[in-house]
Amino acid sequence: MSTPGADIETLLSRALQPVDPPDGLSSRLESTLVDLTEAAVVELESWELRAMRDPRNWVRPVVAVVVTATAGTALVILRVRAGQKRRVAVAHGPADLAARTAKAVAGEARRVVRR
Amino acid sequence: MAATARSKAELDEEFAELYRSHLRDVYSYAYYRVGNHHDAEDLTEQTFLQAYRHFERAQAESDGRPLRPWLIRIAHNLAANLYRDRSRRPQTTIDDTSGLSAVHTTEDLVEGRDELARILAGVKELPNDRREALIMRFALGMDNREIARALGKTDGATKVLLHRAIRQLEGIVGDEHTRS
Repeated sequence: MSTPGADIETLLSRALQPVDPPDGLSSRLESTLVDLTEAAVVELESWELRAMRDPRNWVRPVVAVVVTATAGTALVILRVRAGQKRRVAVAHGPADLAARTAKAVAGEARRVVRR
Repeated sequence: MAATARSKAELDEEFAELYRSHLRDVYSYAYYRVGNHHDAEDLTEQTFLQAYRHFERAQAESDGRPLRPWLIRIAHNLAANLYRDRSRRPQTTIDDTSGLSAVHTTEDLVEGRDELARILAGVKELPNDRREALIMRFALGMDNREIARALGKTDGATKVLLHRAIRQLEGIVGDEHTRS
């Protein structure tokens, strides 16, 4: 055997190969972003106006607004990106691809807003 | 207002690019750190969620440098928290999840399973910082500067750390080879 005289770095490269993430991880991550968005919406909806009189309570709704906006936008981007290969495959030229992508962005944005 | 909206869209697009570019890196690090796919998925997910929350500030502070070390540092800190939390629970020991599991092709298994298993076992025996530095170098292909940023060390200290990790691993594997 080549151990220990063999190049230990070569052996390390073979032993510590990069690991591909499972197929479901991306969709799970997207779902978590959606959950985050929904939780933030619920937080806003359930907030009683009278509580806003107390400045100590201002932090939570502000955080909820920020989380809702940022998570929702990221979700649209991730979803549109996820379908890009499929659109490239079926598109008839760059103009058609741009139209399909714009349509996908609008569709995904509507889906996120509806949630 | 329009300028704000445009910069936010750009920011989100850049985060999506970061996510696509480094999902495999973060997952590989998480997998070798925690030793199983279930926890590695959780760790990867938490890493990107936390990264998203702090992305704008990290970008501003990065001064144009790559953000991969920052991502790996988040994963590193979250993994440390995971171990700390589990060590407080008597029913689940750290050893249950600390194994370095091998991910290899059939060809690897035929050609040198024992040899690779010895290497992985040796890596597992190393102190945490040396083990992590080797994972970053060999599983993720990070250079000294990136590893230094991820571990919060200087470039020089990282170079020494990697050198000592490899020398110690050689010693461990050599001793094992002599015994067998």
